Parts: sequence; C-alpha cells; structure tokens
Amino acid sequence: MSGFVSRGFQGRRRSPAELAARLPPGQYAETGFPVLTAGPTPHVRTDVWELSIDGMVATPRAWSWEEFGELPFETVPCDIHCVTKWSKLGTSFGGVSLDTLLAGVEPRGEHVMAESYGGYTTNLPLPDLTGGKAWVVTEHEGEEIAAEHGGPARLLVPHLYFWKSAKWIRRLTVLDHEEPGFWEANGYHLRGDPWKEQRYWSD
Amino acid sequence: MERLTAVAQRAPGAWQIARVAEIRRETPTVKTFRIAPPMWVAHLPGQHYEVRLTAPDGYRAQRSYSIASSPVLEGLVELTVERLDDGEVSAYMHDVLQEGDEIEVRGPFATYFVWRGEEPALLVGGGSGVVPLMAMLRHRRLVAPEVPMRMVYSVRTPEQTIFASELGAETHLAYTRSAPEGWTGHRGRIDRPLLAAAADGFLGGPAFVCGSNGFVEAASELLLGCGFAPGTIRTERFGPTG
Repeated sequence: MSGFVSRGFQGRRRSPAELAARLPPGQYAETGFPVLTAGPTPHVRTDVWELSIDGMVATPRAWSWEEFGELPFETVPCDIHCVTKWSKLGTSFGGVSLDTLLAGVEPRGEHVMAESYGGYTTNLPLPDLTGGKAWVVTEHEGEEIAAEHGGPARLLVPHLYFWKSAKWIRRLTVLDHEEPGFWEANGYHLRGDPWKEQRYWSD
Repeated sequence: MERLTAVAQRAPGAWQIARVAEIRRETPTVKTFRIAPPMWVAHLPGQHYEVRLTAPDGYRAQRSYSIASSPVLEGLVELTVERLDDGEVSAYMHDVLQEGDEIEVRGPFATYFVWRGEEPALLVGGGSGVVPLMAMLRHRRLVAPEVPMRMVYSVRTPEQTIFASELGAETHLAYTRSAPEGWTGHRGRIDRPLLAAAADGFLGGPAFVCGSNGFVEAASELLLGCGFAPGTIRTERFGPTG
C-alpha cells in the first residue's frame, strides 16, 4: 500500500523532530495519562497486598507491602507506548528492579506470566524482564500510583506496549513454555514491541 | 474475565484502501462513515478498525475507531466518529473526507469487548461510547431478536443523542444536561436506581460498559453494587485521544 496519500491530509499534530524520533511507528505524543482497563478497577489495600514469584523456580519468593518497601528503590525515567496509539514521553516511575526481585529465585524457565489483582494476566519472555528493563513500581512522577493507573503497584516494562506493564500486579509465575495472557488471547501480539509495531496477532 | 475464550480469527491485519461509500451526520459533532474495504471480513460486534492517514511527505497519523454496523451488512463497515477539536484524524474525517474518497484502514481487531450473539447482555454507554454497543444492538435485532438485550445510554442533550431514531424500548436514556419537553425518564447522571432497574434479569452478565474513563469508572462501580461479578463487566474507555 506504499504510495497512498490521503487526499487533503497535511498532518497538523506533528511532534517536534527531537520528540518525533522517540515515537514508534503509528504513535502520537499524549500529554495526559489515559486510563485503559478491561474491567472495573480493583482497589487493593496495602495491608493485604502481596507480591510473589513462583512457578518453575528453585526458590519461590513473596513480599508483603512492608517487606517490598525495604528493597532498593530506583527512579526510572522512561517513555511509555500504549497500543491504542498514544505515547507518553519523558515520564518517570519509581520502584524495584525485576533484577532485584529475581535475585536468588533461580528461574528454570524462559517465560513469565504476570497476574494481577482482578484476574488480568499478561505473558512476557523472561529476557524482557531482566537486565535493567523491568520494574515493579509504586510511584509515578514522585506520587503514589492511583488505583486506576494500577496502584498500589504495577509492573513497568517500558520497552514493550503498555498492556505488558500489568496494573495491580500480584504474582509472576515462571513457565517453561509460552502461554498467551489476557490481551494476547484476544487478538493482541504475544510480545508487543512498539518499534516493530507488533500490535496484533498478524503483525 | 474467567469467561473469556480465545478465538481463531481470520487474519485481518493488512492495510487496505477502502472507498468511502457514504457519510451521514448523526449529531453536530458525530458522523458515520460507511466504507467498503476490498478485503472485507465479518467482524464481531464491538470490534474496531484502524484508520491511517498519510501526508504527501510521508507523515502519518493512526487512530482506532469502533464499528457501529452489524456484520450482516456484507462488504461494508460503518465507523461512527466524534470530531475532537484537537483530533488529527477525527478532524480530517469530519472536515476533509468526502463520499467517493479513499481511506486507508485495517481490521477488524480485538476479541474481548465483543458480543458473540449467544447470551443476554446489558449495555451501558456514555456519549460516543454508544458506538460499539450500537453494533451489538443492531446485530441482535437482525439475527437474534429473541436474546434479551438492554441498553442504558447517557447523553448530555437530545441534540447530542447518536442513533436517536434507532433507539427502541430496549434503551433507557439518561439526559445529563437537558431533556426533551415532557420527558418523564431519567435526568442527570446514571445512578444506582436506574442501573438496578435496567440490570433486572441481566445479572448473570455480561455487561458491556463504554465511554469516557470517568463514566466507565462510575458505571462499573454501580454495576458491582447492583450485584454484577467483576469478571462479567467488560469495559472500554475512551482516553483524551483523537
């Protein structure tokens, strides 16, 4: 379909060149922070919150909110890209690196299913969660993350489409095979790399 | 969400150039674009299409729009689009696009916020959130009129009511700003009594809720209060996008 031009279209919402280079194909810069969720927003109390890592691992781990708060905390400047076309450039989150959480767990599989309070799931290859590329975050731009944005804690995997950054995270299960999560079973791409525009199954 | 099942879908992914067969004005800010994709595949009510615009220098903009029509309308797809003032794609479609023009599209996509025609459903829409719900309502009228379906539709004013002439006894309208003269139905935002009455007989789910984030948050909280299980409430939220 190359060569097609939309009659009369000039493009009036272009981003400045320095920002345009940070926008993956098909994305546009959004200054707000839209909310996209498949169901009602779960409200998770921190006194009952728990994060666990289990499945194909040598040593399963679990943290209460208090224990999680004692782990090394990092601020993560990043750009995020939603499959519905908006990107938020130059934002930041704060939380704990997956490298920290996985230390001592000894994963025995290459795939991970992330599961949320409320039942949402999303699948990720383990290499997308390690090497300083993924976090469990509790702050957005210095504030607690609101429930509608995934608070008290959400996964953050900014190099993949944002549906991979599961809100209300409660469990990471290591698997020895790939299984589709919630959106992945409903037409969305298994990996979701925005720079390859992997939006849907057929991409 | 435990009710979800994956479906094997025919690959609809390719971009294609569709002719704009007809443009209808629905309200002062909403138009319906009936397009004819050459590689048409039947969609599920609730699915969306992507629209891509390309400028002469190669600059592109893409957005997703819900399908308003039933797949019974073979070879055609109707996208009902609200014009957003800062919306690059919606403003082009409203201000520039004409019948007979070509537009680049691909779809249909996503299989979660869809009604497959087999179960009673409660639909709750706010503003242009009614669009994917209308695909469900139209499809049910055409192929499964015996399956119960009810819609609660929140609009500001009579003039802003999309698909007004097609709404029947199954639809409970709520006017939040101004109602027609002599209106005896609901005024103001949707509330517990309105949804509880509408939900009577539909508590097994699913409920499809679509609108702005604020509307969806409020409506889904009310549905939880009416007795819907969280896993039976499917939501689609329109962000501040255009």
